[in-house]
Amino acid sequence: MLVRLKVFRFDPEKDKEPYYQVYEVEADPMERLLDCLNRIRWEQDSTLSFRWSCGHGVCGSDGMRINGICGLPCQKLVKDFKEEVLIEPLPVFNVIKDLIVDLDPFWERYYSIKPYLISESPPPDRERRQSPEEQHLFEDAIRCILCACCTAACPVNQNEETKDYVGPAALVRAFRYLFDSRDEGTEERIPLLDGKDGAWGCQTLWKCTEVCPKEIPVTKQIGQIKKRLFDAKQKR
Amino acid sequence: MQHLHQHDIVIIGSGLAGLRAAVECADQTNVAVVSKVFPTRSHSGAAQGGITAPLGNEEEDHWEWYFFDTVKGSDYLGDQDAIEILVKDAPRAIYELEHMGVPFSRTPEGKIAQRNFGGHTRDYGKGPVKRACYAADHTGRVVLDTLYDQCLRHQVNFYSECYVLSLVFQKERYAGVVIYDLGTGELHLLQSKAILLATGGCGKVYKTTSNSNATTGEIFDLVYQQGIPLEDMEFVQFHPTGLYPLGILVSEAARGEGGVLRNREGERFMERYAPTVKDLAARDIVSRAILTEIREGRGIEGRDYVHLDLTHLGKEKISQRLWEIASFVRIYLGIDPALEPIPVQTTCHYLMGGIPTDTEGRVLADEGNSIVPGLYAAGECACVSVHGANRLGCNSLLDLLVFGRRSGMAMKNEVAQLEPPSLGTVGLEVVEEGTTQLLKRKGQERIPDLRKKMQEVMMEYGSVFRDEEGLKAGLEAIQVLKQRYQDAEVINKGRLFNYELMEAFELGHQLELCEAVLISALHRKESRGAHYREDFPKRDDDRFLKHSLIFRTTRGPEVRYKPVKITRFKPEARIY
Repeated sequence: MLVRLKVFRFDPEKDKEPYYQVYEVEADPMERLLDCLNRIRWEQDSTLSFRWSCGHGVCGSDGMRINGICGLPCQKLVKDFKEEVLIEPLPVFNVIKDLIVDLDPFWERYYSIKPYLISESPPPDRERRQSPEEQHLFEDAIRCILCACCTAACPVNQNEETKDYVGPAALVRAFRYLFDSRDEGTEERIPLLDGKDGAWGCQTLWKCTEVCPKEIPVTKQIGQIKKRLFDAKQKR
Repeated sequence: MQHLHQHDIVIIGSGLAGLRAAVECADQTNVAVVSKVFPTRSHSGAAQGGITAPLGNEEEDHWEWYFFDTVKGSDYLGDQDAIEILVKDAPRAIYELEHMGVPFSRTPEGKIAQRNFGGHTRDYGKGPVKRACYAADHTGRVVLDTLYDQCLRHQVNFYSECYVLSLVFQKERYAGVVIYDLGTGELHLLQSKAILLATGGCGKVYKTTSNSNATTGEIFDLVYQQGIPLEDMEFVQFHPTGLYPLGILVSEAARGEGGVLRNREGERFMERYAPTVKDLAARDIVSRAILTEIREGRGIEGRDYVHLDLTHLGKEKISQRLWEIASFVRIYLGIDPALEPIPVQTTCHYLMGGIPTDTEGRVLADEGNSIVPGLYAAGECACVSVHGANRLGCNSLLDLLVFGRRSGMAMKNEVAQLEPPSLGTVGLEVVEEGTTQLLKRKGQERIPDLRKKMQEVMMEYGSVFRDEEGLKAGLEAIQVLKQRYQDAEVINKGRLFNYELMEAFELGHQLELCEAVLISALHRKESRGAHYREDFPKRDDDRFLKHSLIFRTTRGPEVRYKPVKITRFKPEARIY
């Protein structure tokens, strides 16, 4: 079938303003939108730039906005789209070229919550014990591929006044460590999360959960972080 | 000067081997990691099933059993001194990951959970053993994330979305790399006392592959161009179960958890090919079995795929242990694997061969094992050789961790005694000139057309079944493509994120690499592990129990050999 894609274009080296370019490609209904983008780049217009690598929703490279919704074109099949498909870069971040955005602020926020196991106790010779129930508590969160779709889709991050909100992706990673029975970093992390730009920045709008390509219950996890923060205050 | 940088150690590649090495050296040296992609996008993240170690958490296991399985899996071509290091170091490597925070799945007692995997057996082949440590079916992903986070914590420098254009040799040793920054189009020269190559494999030279877009393999030719040989390049692994028709990996974990392969008659055909372990035989054997079924007309509906049946496992087990796989099947085929079987085909997955190294990651220059000063390699791009002619499932991640760490330790020790190199800008200028020339070149050919043709040629003549006629035809076709490449023009002249230019560099190297694979395959007139010659269907230990080394010489490619290290297990018939 013939697929029409209307693609956001911008090369700061030659364009004053961004513009949209329409491409038509032949594709099998079971092919991915990513295949269409590659066909454009390989057969029609090699100046089109976008990131991708694994092509099956594992590496997290190809986050973009598809018909206004943040997602991965490697996970979207042609058959599910009708008429023209609008392809734009992720919002929230600055565009570098075409569909490529500057994710440095995303990684800075990610790093701000200390995304690593904090444990002062010397580990045993073998593994630390953790029950399957304890592991299940954060199992959904470790599916995160850091594609930035949730943060880009979050209306709080999109709002100029509240754009410093740390964002759902960083909070999912914070959740992953807060709820890992082996982690001893709660005291260190609480001040990083307990503020208007931390977990309390979340306005429970569910956009992150809606777009997550790995079906992580992001909003629910942020709620659980809030409860953890609240409980910690009660104790003090 | 802005484009000159100095580091003690430069690591090319940000998968598990590169990051594990970086973590090892970061406390005492200034380390930089160069990656074509952002580090967490590296292809190690696509590993699903697990990492093997004889922990005995689920049932009795011993390193000696594991040692035997890996040697047998390699079809006796693995170097047994290196394999012994690998299997003995496995428990330490796993506990270390657990201590860093890797979220392994757990047994009811809270130990690291383990599952079955192909070719891993108890008591020297008597039956399958649970040896693969896993985190559901995204083991590679969570280990990659954990190691990346450790690198951030240890202030490792990253050059992300940068592509290596050349290795710089000066004063008797490798002392730098020239990189092309995809984001800006600028060149940089990174000077360093040691360089580790950890760039993974080259699945993208084949049409159907589980490998990611970044797994193009140009580093092999960058090394080969320098006169350094490539070892055992004829051994390319085809994974039995790629999702049909995309080739996306469906982990062996699916069979480890009880899934079975069936042909059009619904027959569990692996019972005929591997009576003892059946669907859990080594990958080369299962891949040939699938293709034999298809050739004999027992593919599903007579087509070129078979079924992987998980329907008897139940929804809960599938959603807990095989969540990712179930989601791929649902997204790309609209199938619920709890209710319907999954169509699968073989898919190019892994290169057993690569850049020859010793067990400390030092690159070796010849059959006498002379060391190439300043250059190290680890992981899939290296050939230690622990996988020989066929790698067992879950041995790859372990290889990355064990030999990534050992390379890191060796580099740390070596660079402590060295002064920083001072390279000047000559290396940079040579590459700059080459890049400008490539961009200026006019021609009729287009990079994507040539690449597509190359992938088809390799699929047709260089995959699971090979013979002299086909390999020669493949070589001729690659020669033609090399000619056509000289007439290829890069249309995009832009500086920012010019992927066409990067792909042009890649293709030039890939064509040389394909030639090395096909010539190595042509010279090995026997069948061993993943290399199956229909004209020489038997293993021939008298003539070919040896590693091949292909060299680029002024007379053209030349194949020489070096002996296999056999310490404990003498070659015997390989029956599963």
